[in-house]
Amino acid sequence: MSSANQVAERDAPFQLRGNSFTMMVLKVNAPNSQDFFPQLNVKVRQAPNFFRNAPVVLDFDELPDTVVFDLAAFVAQVRAHHLLPVGFQGGPRPVQEAALAAGLTPMPTGRAAKLEVAKGPDPRAANPAATVTIEVVHRPAVVVTEPVRSGMQVYAEKTDLIITASVSPGAELLADGNIHVYGALRGRALAGVSGDINARVFCHSLEAEVVSVAGIYRVSEDIGSDFFKKPVQVFLREGVLRMDLLKTV
Amino acid sequence: MSKIIVMTSGKGGVGKTTSSAAFATGLALRGFKTVVIDFDVGLRNLDLVMGCERRVVFDFINVINGEAKLSQALIKDKRIDNLYILPTSQTRDKDALTPAGVERVLNDLSKEFDYILCDSPAGIERGALMSLYFADHAIIVTNPEVSSVRDSDRILGVLASRSRRAEQGLEPVTQQLLLTRYDPERVERGEMLKVDDVLEILAIPLLGVIPESQAVLRASNVGMPVILDEASNAGQAYTDAVGRFLGDEIEHRFVSPQKKGLFSRLLRRSA
Ligand SMILES: Nc1ncnc2c1ncn2[C@@H]1O[C@H](COP(=O)(O)OP(=O)(O)OP(=O)(O)O)[C@@H](O)[C@H]1O
Ligand SMILES: [Mg+2]
Repeated sequence: MSSANQVAERDAPFQLRGNSFTMMVLKVNAPNSQDFFPQLNVKVRQAPNFFRNAPVVLDFDELPDTVVFDLAAFVAQVRAHHLLPVGFQGGPRPVQEAALAAGLTPMPTGRAAKLEVAKGPDPRAANPAATVTIEVVHRPAVVVTEPVRSGMQVYAEKTDLIITASVSPGAELLADGNIHVYGALRGRALAGVSGDINARVFCHSLEAEVVSVAGIYRVSEDIGSDFFKKPVQVFLREGVLRMDLLKTV
Repeated sequence: MSKIIVMTSGKGGVGKTTSSAAFATGLALRGFKTVVIDFDVGLRNLDLVMGCERRVVFDFINVINGEAKLSQALIKDKRIDNLYILPTSQTRDKDALTPAGVERVLNDLSKEFDYILCDSPAGIERGALMSLYFADHAIIVTNPEVSSVRDSDRILGVLASRSRRAEQGLEPVTQQLLLTRYDPERVERGEMLKVDDVLEILAIPLLGVIPESQAVLRASNVGMPVILDEASNAGQAYTDAVGRFLGDEIEHRFVSPQKKGLFSRLLRRSA
């Protein structure tokens, strides 16, 4: 009986489970270049909150075999820019050994296609036969018709979440897409959790503990009385979380 | 066909044991053969409230462990026919409640009884999970305050996901709300939640509202289920709730403050 297993698991001192995380990759082409850190500095300053203490993987794949640089000092410099190197990919052997010695984790290199940026117009673009077409598959929304109770969590992976009942305080809704609640939203609703800044939260009665789009959130204290218990949509505009009353005709 | 009912709440001290004793007694009074089981292993309160604590020899855990027969552990109520108590152990802990053991005891009981009432311990750990796992019906005991409502909501979620009916994809456990220790005057002063506030959050049918009453403590001190105190508000409220459970249409009482005469108002002030 699985409930008994669950009991045992909950009493255990730890649980081991798999999880996947999205991390930035810092591609290191010329570590000795005088411009490296000034340019990194400019980049980080563009979105300090986004970068602050973000874990990064150092990609040494493009380094020439002959490169000589002080890896430990390099990592310290990266840290000084509020990025936290946690792992590395590729690179000449001495660099890999230095990275291991510095406590970085070798990351599997089964990576996605390289981004081709700033390389001028792609000659293949004119030839439709050669372009890669990405088929967009329709992923049906997750629909929940029962109340979402305190302590429950519902995640709509890579799609929208639709709740046709109320969401209790202490319950949590997560969606990579939009969240619709056709009842009172009293718990937490986090839309666009994988970073979709165009995701929105729609609800029939906004009484939420937390609402968020792509990580930008507002807690119930900051939800003005103009919106409390009203039909509302929540969305991002220019990086700021906004609310609008939904007009009911 | 016997029906398994769990009296549950999440939060402690809200009146589960009081309600279990009252409900079991009420069902037996209506002619149904009823047993009430104490799942609060290690604490053992039900037998006190039922007034049979001095007759406990064997208990639920002994039966689960095969140390005693069910017939040896079941205590027949002295006042009411058809009413039995299965007390729990005070010396063991909740790990003694093995799923297979609980299932076997419940199966044996369902051959004989119309209603099996499970008095859940507080919390959402093993004891509480075991008491609700096999339930057909849940009575959610809630006090009119925010933390109790929150915990009840949590328990409703557990019923919807971790009960046997949920795990096996059967008809869901049916649920009703029993709002206890309701004090209409404090509600009126805004110190407690209104019935409607609680219903809005929990969104399940209301079985009954049991008023805060001195009679409850008085009854439990003499080991008598409060439902037998027919003169008391609480006793009457439990009788109504049992009636509603069995399908009678009974209006809710004790939800608004009683009009008091000058005399009782004076008494109150000096109390
Ligand atoms: N309607 C009521 N009016 C006044 N007091 C009450 C009422 N209902 C319960 N009580 C009192 O509240 C206390 C807790 O009641 P009870 O033991 O039934 O709760 P419980 O939910 O079973 O607790 P636990 O979680 O510890 O098992 C007792 O002292 C009881 O007398
Ligand atoms: Mg109890």
